[in-house]
Amino acid sequence: MSHSAQDLAASRAHGPHTSMFLRMLVRAAVLRRGRVVSALFAMVVAAAVATAMLNLYVDVQAKLRREFRSYGANIILVAKDGASLPAETLARVDSVLAGRGIAAPFGLIVARTCDGQPIVVAGTDFERVRQLDRWWSVSSWPADLPKIPTSRAESAREMGHPALIGVRALPTVSPKNPALKDKSFDLSFQGRTLHVSPAGTVQTGAAEDSRIYISLADFVAWTGVQPSTIEVAASGSPEEVAGIMNQLTQAIPAGDVRPVRQIMEGEARVLGKTRATLLAAAALIILTAALCVLSTLMGWVFDRRRDFAIMKALGASGRLLNGFFAAEAAMLGAIGAVLGFLVGIGIAAWIGRVNFHAPVVPRWSVLPVVLAGSMAVTLLSAILPITLLRRVQPAVILRGE
Amino acid sequence: MFVRLVYESFRRQKRRKLLAGAAITLGVTVATAMIAVATDIGDKINRELRTIGANLVVTPQEDSLDVEIGGVNLKPPTDGAFLDEADLPKIKGIFWHNNITGFAPMLPVNTALEQSGKRQDVTLLGTYFAKPVSFGTDQFTTGVRSTYPWWKVSGAWPDDSSRDVLLGERLASRSGEKTGDAITVAGRQLRVSGTLSTGGAEDDEIVAPLALAQEILGRPGAVKRVYVSALTKPEDAFARRDPKSLSGAIYDRWYCTPYPQAIALQLTEAMSHSHAEQIRQVAQNEGAVLTRIEGLIFLITLAALFASALAVSSAMATAMFERRAEVGLMKALGAGKLAVASIFFAEATLLALIGGLAGFVVGSGLAHQIGRSIFNSDISIPPVLLPVILAIAVIVTFAGSAAAIRRAVGLDPVFALRGEL
Repeated sequence: MSHSAQDLAASRAHGPHTSMFLRMLVRAAVLRRGRVVSALFAMVVAAAVATAMLNLYVDVQAKLRREFRSYGANIILVAKDGASLPAETLARVDSVLAGRGIAAPFGLIVARTCDGQPIVVAGTDFERVRQLDRWWSVSSWPADLPKIPTSRAESAREMGHPALIGVRALPTVSPKNPALKDKSFDLSFQGRTLHVSPAGTVQTGAAEDSRIYISLADFVAWTGVQPSTIEVAASGSPEEVAGIMNQLTQAIPAGDVRPVRQIMEGEARVLGKTRATLLAAAALIILTAALCVLSTLMGWVFDRRRDFAIMKALGASGRLLNGFFAAEAAMLGAIGAVLGFLVGIGIAAWIGRVNFHAPVVPRWSVLPVVLAGSMAVTLLSAILPITLLRRVQPAVILRGE
Repeated sequence: MFVRLVYESFRRQKRRKLLAGAAITLGVTVATAMIAVATDIGDKINRELRTIGANLVVTPQEDSLDVEIGGVNLKPPTDGAFLDEADLPKIKGIFWHNNITGFAPMLPVNTALEQSGKRQDVTLLGTYFAKPVSFGTDQFTTGVRSTYPWWKVSGAWPDDSSRDVLLGERLASRSGEKTGDAITVAGRQLRVSGTLSTGGAEDDEIVAPLALAQEILGRPGAVKRVYVSALTKPEDAFARRDPKSLSGAIYDRWYCTPYPQAIALQLTEAMSHSHAEQIRQVAQNEGAVLTRIEGLIFLITLAALFASALAVSSAMATAMFERRAEVGLMKALGAGKLAVASIFFAEATLLALIGGLAGFVVGSGLAHQIGRSIFNSDISIPPVLLPVILAIAVIVTFAGSAAAIRRAVGLDPVFALRGEL
C-alpha cells in the first residue's frame, strides 16, 4: 500500500491535471490484472485468427498456382503449317519468359527400326523436360549416367547416343528381350542411321509411351530437322499468362501460340472454388472471434459498473466517462491487434510450411484492416454497456441493486 | 431437489441461459459447417479437377505401336487390335462404378475430305457426344460433353445416332466449310452441325458419332481407346505396390481403395482383351493438388474449432462469474463443494446439449448453403457427425465453465453474500 501511495505522491508532485486521465487508465488496467489479461487474450486470439485467415486468403492463390504448374505446359508454340521453328526460337522464348516459367522444345520424326518398323522419335532437352513434365515416370534419365571422359569419346560413340524408350515402344526396339535395357540398337531416317543406347524407360500413359526420346543435339545432327513444338509452362495469374502469350506471338511470327485450355480452365475453376471456400471459412471464423471478444469485453465493462458509478457520483461528465471507457477499449484493441497480428503471421507461415512447403509471405496490408476491425469491435463492446449504464442512477448501482 | 434446482435455474434465468446458449449455438454452428465442408471438400475439388480431362485410358491389350504425330496417325487405320463397343457399359459395373464420372470411346479413322474434286487427308474421330448407356438397371449418359468440358462448339452438338459431324476450327477455316454445310467424306454426304474448338489436335479433325466412324472404317463395334474419368484417391506408397505381390486381406484393401491403379486394374478386368492405365499427367498431379487443398481446409477447420471453443468457454466463464452470489447462498445454506459443482455442471451439460443440437441444425443448413453457392451441389452431412459435435460441445462447455466453477466454489460465502468481490 505504501508503495502505491508513494506512486500517487510522486505523480501528484508532477501535478498536471490532464495526467489524471492517463493515470486512471493505467491504474484500471494494473489493479484488475486478471480481467484485463483475459480480455486481452481474447482480443489477441481473435486478431491472430483474422490475420492468419486474411493472409492465407491473399496468398493461397499464388501457392496453388505453383502446384498447378506441375501439370506442365499451359501454352504450346507450334510451327505454322507443319514446318520447323527457326533454330533461335527457344532462346527467344526464354528471353520472353525471363524466369517466369520454363520451356521445352520437341522435334518429332518417324524413323524405322532395323527390321523396318516405323516408330516416332522425338528430340528434346532432357534437363528442361525433367522440370516441365514432372509426372513422367522415368527409370533413369540420360543425364544421370556416369560421365564418360573426353579421351574415351570414341568409345562413347560406339556405345551409342543415350535415349529414353517409351514403355510401349520397348518391345518393338528389342523384341527378343524387352527387359534388356543395355542393348543398343540402330534407327534409320532417310538413309542415315543413328546408334542408340537406351538409358532408361519413360511411362506417362499417353502418346509418350510409344516414342523414343533422344537429346535435341543428337536429333538435329542426325535428321537436320529443327524442333516443331515448344511447350511452355508460364507462371502467374491468368492475365500474366495471357500477356506472355501475346509477347510470344509477337516475338515468334513463325509460330502459332495456343493455350492448353483444359489446364488453364481447370486451374481457374479449382482456384476460384478454393478461394471461395476459404473466404466463407474466414468470414465464419472472424465473426466467431469478434463475437467472442464482444461478449468478453462487455462482461468486463459491465463488471465495472461500480467504478462507473463512483466516477459519476464524484461529478464526472457523460463525455468524460464515454471518453474514458472508449480510450481504454481502443487501447486494448490496438495492443491486442498488434500482438495478434504477429501471432497470426506466425500461424499463416506455419500453415504455409506444413501444407505448401513454402512459408506464406507476411502481408503488411492486412495490419491496418485488422487494427481497424479490432478497435471497432472493442469500441462497440465498451460503448454498448456504457449507454445502458448511463440511464441508471449511480446511487442504485452503488447500493448493489 | 437436484432436478428442481436445475429446472428452476433454467426457468427463472431465461435471459442469461439464452445468452450462454446462443454462444454455444454459434460455436457449434461454425464447427459443424466447417467439419462438414472439410470432410466433403476432397470430393468436391476432385470433381472440379475432372474438368482437366480423363485420368485413365483403356487400350487394346495387343495394341501395336502408335505412330502418331500431332494427332495424325501415320499407320493404316485397320492395323492393330480393337476394343469391343459392347464392353463399354461394363465400365459402370466395376467395384468403383460410382466413382466413374464419365467415359468417352475414341476411334480415329484416316480418311479424305472431298471438295470440288480435290481430296484432303483428314482424321475423322468417332466418339460419344452424350450417349445414353445402360448397365443392368443403371441408366446414365456419357460422352465427350461430360469428360471434356473445355470443348467448345459454335453451332449445335450432333446427335449420337445422326450423321452430323463437328468440324475442328482450324480445319473449318482451312477448308472454308461452315455450320450447316454438307461435306463429302469417304463418299458419304455428311452435315456439319457446328465447329469445334479444343485447343488441341481435334481442331484439325472431323469429330463424328462413333457409329459413323465404324461404318467408314468398315469395322462395326470397333473402339480404339476409351478415356475414363474417375474420382480417385491420391496415390501413396501403398498404391504403388504391385498387386501381384500382395496377399489376401492386403490385396483386398488395395483393390477396394479407389487408387488410380486399382481402378485401372478393375477396368482391365471388366473389358475383354484390354489394358487400362492412368494418364500420369492428370492422375499424378490431381493427387498433389487435392492433398494441398484438403490439408489447407483441414488446418483452417482446426482454427475454426479453436475459435468456436474459445467463444463458448468465454461465454460460460462470464456466465459463471455473474452467479457468485448464488454460490455463496448455496454454500451458506450448507451445500458442499461437490453438490454445488454438480449442479453447475449439470446445467452446463443441459445447455451444451440444447445449444449443440440447435447449432448442428443451423450449421448443417450453412454447410448446404456453402455447397450450393460455391460448388452447385449439396454437401452431405454424415449422421455420425451429430454425436461427435454434441460430445465436443459438452467437453468445450465443461472446460469453459470448469475454471469459473472452481473459483466460485472455493470462495468464502460471506464475501459472496456481501457482494465484496
